[in-house]
Formats: sequence, C-alpha cells, structure tokens
Amino acid sequence: MKSLEELRAIRERMQSQVSMRAEDHSHTRVVVGMATCGIASGARPVLTKLSTLVQERNLTDKISVTQTGCIGLCQYEPIVEVMEPGKQKITYIKMTPEKAEEVLERHLVGGHVVEEYTLSGADIK
Amino acid sequence: MYRSHVLVCGGTGCTSSGSQQIMEALKAEIEKNGLTEEVSVVQTGCHGLCALGPIMIIYPDATFYSMVKVEDIPEIVAEHLLKGRVVTRLLYNETVTPAGSVKALIDTDFYKKQHRIALRNCGIINPEVIEEYIGTGGYEALGKVLTEMTPDDVIQCLLDSGLRGRGGGGFPTGLKWKLARQNDADQKYVCCNADEGDPGAFMDRSVLEGDPHAVLEAMAIAGYAIGASQGYIYVRAEYPIAVERLRIAINQAREMELLGNNIFGSDFSFDIDLRLGAGAFVCGEETALMTSIEGNRGEPRPRPPFPAQKGLFGKPTILNNVETYANIPQIILHGAEWFASMGTEKSKGTKVFALGGKIHNTGLVEIPMGTTLREVIEEIGGGIPNGKKFKAAQTGGPSGGCIPAEHFDIPIDYDNLISIGSMMGSGGLIVMDEDDCMVDIAKFFLEFTVEESCGKCTPCRVGTKRMLEILTKITKGQATMEDLDKLEELCYYIKNNSLCGLGQTAPNPVLSTLRYFRDEYEAHIKEKRCPAGVCKALLSYRIDPDKCRGCTLCARNCPNNAISGTVRNPHVIDQDKCIKCGACMEKCKFGAIYKK
Repeated sequence: MKSLEELRAIRERMQSQVSMRAEDHSHTRVVVGMATCGIASGARPVLTKLSTLVQERNLTDKISVTQTGCIGLCQYEPIVEVMEPGKQKITYIKMTPEKAEEVLERHLVGGHVVEEYTLSGADIK
Repeated sequence: MYRSHVLVCGGTGCTSSGSQQIMEALKAEIEKNGLTEEVSVVQTGCHGLCALGPIMIIYPDATFYSMVKVEDIPEIVAEHLLKGRVVTRLLYNETVTPAGSVKALIDTDFYKKQHRIALRNCGIINPEVIEEYIGTGGYEALGKVLTEMTPDDVIQCLLDSGLRGRGGGGFPTGLKWKLARQNDADQKYVCCNADEGDPGAFMDRSVLEGDPHAVLEAMAIAGYAIGASQGYIYVRAEYPIAVERLRIAINQAREMELLGNNIFGSDFSFDIDLRLGAGAFVCGEETALMTSIEGNRGEPRPRPPFPAQKGLFGKPTILNNVETYANIPQIILHGAEWFASMGTEKSKGTKVFALGGKIHNTGLVEIPMGTTLREVIEEIGGGIPNGKKFKAAQTGGPSGGCIPAEHFDIPIDYDNLISIGSMMGSGGLIVMDEDDCMVDIAKFFLEFTVEESCGKCTPCRVGTKRMLEILTKITKGQATMEDLDKLEELCYYIKNNSLCGLGQTAPNPVLSTLRYFRDEYEAHIKEKRCPAGVCKALLSYRIDPDKCRGCTLCARNCPNNAISGTVRNPHVIDQDKCIKCGACMEKCKFGAIYKK
C-alpha cells in the first residue's frame, strides 16, 4: 500500500457489499414479490437488476433490496414495493429490469414517483 | 454483485456445533438452485449469541436463524433465498413479536443495550478476506497516522481518549506508550497478549477469530507511536482457529504492503510474527510472556524494570491485550472525544464480557462502561434459567472476586469493581445461582492456581497449596474456626509477598467469598452443613417413607447397591454404602428422595 488513495479505492469497491450487512431503521426498503407467480412472470431478473444497481451506485447504506412472498395481486406481477421511512408505500406493477432501472433513477435517486408504473395513480396521495 | 449475503458464524462456538458442515451444505444447495451468481455465503466471526449456535444471518433483510441444522438448508434456500419467505420456525424467538411479525435484531434485548466497538466487525465481515476489513474502514487509521500525525499526536490522542488496558489491570494505554516512547533504544518491540487463560473467558479469541486485522492495524500504529519495527502476538496454541486466521491476516497484510517496509510510502516499516503459547496460565503475566517469547521457560521476573524500560530481549517494549488493540483504530478515526463520551468518569468506552454459568444467553456482549450488572444479567443475558435465584457473579477469573446480589445495581467500571473487592479482569463473567456453593467455587479457583503456579516464588508455590488444603478440609467438614483464621492470614501473606500478578491475586476468590459469604464457610465448619447442597462429604441422600411408593426404581439404578427395600414398601439408603452420586434422586418419580 503506497498511498491512502489506493486504500480508499479498495474501500469504495468493497463498501457497497459490506454495508449491505447493516441494520438501520432509516433504510428505504425495496421489496420484490418472489412467490411462484412473481418468479413465473419474471421477478428474478428484476430483483437482481435492482440489487446490482443499488450496489453499483453505493446506495446500500440507504436502500435495501429484499424479496417477499405473494403480495396477492398475481395478475400484476412482477410487483415491486418501495417503502420509504415515514412515507406511504408505493406499489409498482408489471415490472421489467428496464422499468426497474427507471424507478431507481427517478424515484429512489430523484425522489419522484414514477406514476405511470404504479398500481393506480389515483391511490397516491 | 450478489443480491443477498448469507452469513454463517465460523467462531469456535458455532464451529463446534457444526457450522462448517452447514456452510458446505448451503453452498451445494445454492448451486443446485442456480443461485450461485445471486447469493454469496460468507463465513464470519462470533455474533455473540453462542448459546443459540450455529447461527446464520441473511442480509439485506437481516433475518436471524438460530440452531440451524444441515437438514434445514434445503428449506432455507428454497423458501427464503428463492421465494423470500422467512422460515419462521428457525427464527431466533426474540426477533418474533407477540403479533407474529419479525423485528430487527438490533431491537432485541440481547443486542439493544450493547454498543460494539471492539466487536464491531465480528459476525459482519469475513475475517479471512482483507478487502472486507478495508471495506468497513480498515487500515484507514493506520494511513491517517502515517500521513497526518506525529507519534506524539497518536499518544496524546490515546491519553485524551482515556483508554485503559482491557486485559484487566486498567493501566492507561496512552501512558504506557508514552513511557516506552521516551526510552531511547536501537530496537523496541510491540507485543500483543493473546494468552487468554481465565476459565470461561473467550473475548480475545472472538476478536482474533472475527476481526484479526483490527489487531494488526493497531499494533502497527503502536509501532509508529513508540518507534518499534517489530511486533509479536503471543497466542495460545489451544486457539487453532484464531491462530489460523491470524496467519492468513498477516500474510494478506504483507502482500498488500500494509506490513513490511515503507508502509503508505512513509519511512515507517513494521512487521508482526506469531508466537504460540503452550498453555501455561502464568504466561499471560507480562514478564512471563516476554520470557516465553525469548525462548525460555515462562517464568515471571521482578518489576521494576518495567517492560517500557527493559522488556523483550532487554529492549523497551509495550504489551497490550487484544481487546485494547481492537479499540485503537476506531479511536484514531473518530477522535479521542468520541471515545471519552462513552462510559464513566474514569473508565471510558466499552468492555466486552463473556457471559457464562447460570445464564440464558451464554455468549459475548460489549457494553458501555457504567452499565449495571442487573442490566447485563437480566436484560442482555436473559436472566437465570429455571427460575432460580441470583447469588453472585464472578468477574476476573482466578484473580477476581464475586459480586453478590446486594451490589446488583452497581455500574460496572474498573474502580467500582475494585471497591467491592472484585476486579474487571479480562472480561469473564460467570453467573452463579442458589445451587452454587461459594466455598466450592473458591476451591475451584484455588485448584486452578495451584495447578498453574509456575513455582518460582515460595508464597505462591507453597502458600496456595496450603490454602487449597484448608479449603478442602472445610468442604469435608473437618475444619475448625482456627483453620478459617489461618486461611485468611495466608491470603494476606501471599498477596503481599508473591513475585507476580498470579500469586498476588490468587487469594482474591477466597477473600471476596469470605467477605460476602462468610456464613457459608461457617455453616461448613460449625454445622457440618453445605447450604447449597454441593459439598458431597457434607450431604446425605434420604428417602421420605411417606412419599416412597416402593417402586424399586431407585434401588435398580443405584450403582453401589446402597438402597434396599421390598416392592410397595418404603426403601432405605445405607449411608455407609452411598457414594452420593444422586442417581436415585434423578430417577425417583415421586420426589421421595431429598438431600440433607
């Protein structure tokens, strides 16, 4: 190790992976429905896409991407729910890896809900 | 990029309950389900809840599975990792709310009052991968010290932080370093005392197994501060996992040039070697430890000269304990004020304790100084099993003493514990309930010191032996009150005249039990009775003729044929034949057998 910069480069690379292993109440939770219905309609690529993006952008200290079972709206799968602390839950339906990237970009990073992909724009207050 | 990390504890506790097999089964099952690219399996150090091992934590949702078996693996993979459905039956029951939902691990009684500094990476990172340590800010403190701070700055920072030696003595670490820095020499040494020997203590082992790089980093910082280029870690050979992980860590640090020449491009060079101890308790004493590293028989030598003047190979040396080192990188990174904001007036920061004995959550905890014994035992430790009553807690191992119930609310710090006749010690905390005999406990520790005395000085070699003889007499009901006086007199004599810490503290278990439980000693002597029903010579097993139904079960189970009687008539125990094994009492279905 010849310089602090060299050390910090390794740290940046590793940080997103290690900080996934933290527990914090202020995390935003992104939950992907991964029951049989979800998997059948393609939830797994959505999940891996979201998880990879969050890690690539070093967001693991703020956002955790997890799975859940059947949400109960099988016809709308793949479903992704976004739960930000102190805010109402947002439900995105019929997701694809591409749409997921857009949600991450505009909603999770930009702070604006992507209305056209939500379960019902009218439900969101 | 993995979307999920499965952490499996690879500490000594969980390894002995089969975590290696679980890890292999897990990897195979993950491959079978095609999840190799998505889920990573990480071996970590100790999580602390050793009683519930083998332990598995799945991130990012932080699901805590306890007592996992190989048979459970297919279900965990198929349900949790594939479909995101938590396997509720394997959850640590504290994380399940009465309503059935799962709460965060950090909100459970065991974890919520803890504050982890020395253990911050234990159970979080893979100790065999240096990049994971760097990912949590590792080696950043060393970089900061070498590029931005002078040796005096480092020492001042430690002095301001108020860090005291975690091996038990509580000597201010900054002062130790300052003394070693002031002594000029062509060569100085940095030593790490990892010869953890107290019965029931495993704090240092867990740090070495869970976060070995933290110790290496701190030793390099120490080398820079005092002007040393060589470090030694003296670790017990009985800690094979810790030794192996230290070896791996040292090699990785050398490869990355975090040990070696011109670290971080500075003109500072430092290397570390391991020295294995063969398991002599006295080698945890600093002068004996250094004698042992030098290749001689591990015997203590008189102080002064102190190690800071003439230590290893006659050169100025500092010797710190594993846990002390584990705190140092964090103090450098977060500042002395941050550390000094935790704890009590004279004891700053946190302390790691190994909980053992009659307590629910056997395991490893790290608490801020000043936490009360009640909080540690009742809240974090989950209380005493089977509804038994708390009698005393033993801290400091064979050098320490007992804390009785009357001091249950004392805030734990160095000075408070000394004021009540115990000591902080390295962190073993053994809980005793009403079924434990305090004379027997004192005898247990004396047996240990008699065995471990190196024999160099007479007070310790002969004195502790005589003490043990008197204690044995007491537990057999053969002692007189004069013997008790003699025992007490011997205690003070040995304390004042022994060469090293082992002898000077050996009488402490007797003195502190005499101070708080003299009535138990007197019951053994005057009434020939052991109040807790432990000392075999003083108790007899009897059969209550009113309760005995004559089922003959006891007679059939007695290994010495001491019980006689006919079917459906009360049985009798022949006291001359009885060997007091208690087998009859265990077998009796009617509670007719009692101890007297």
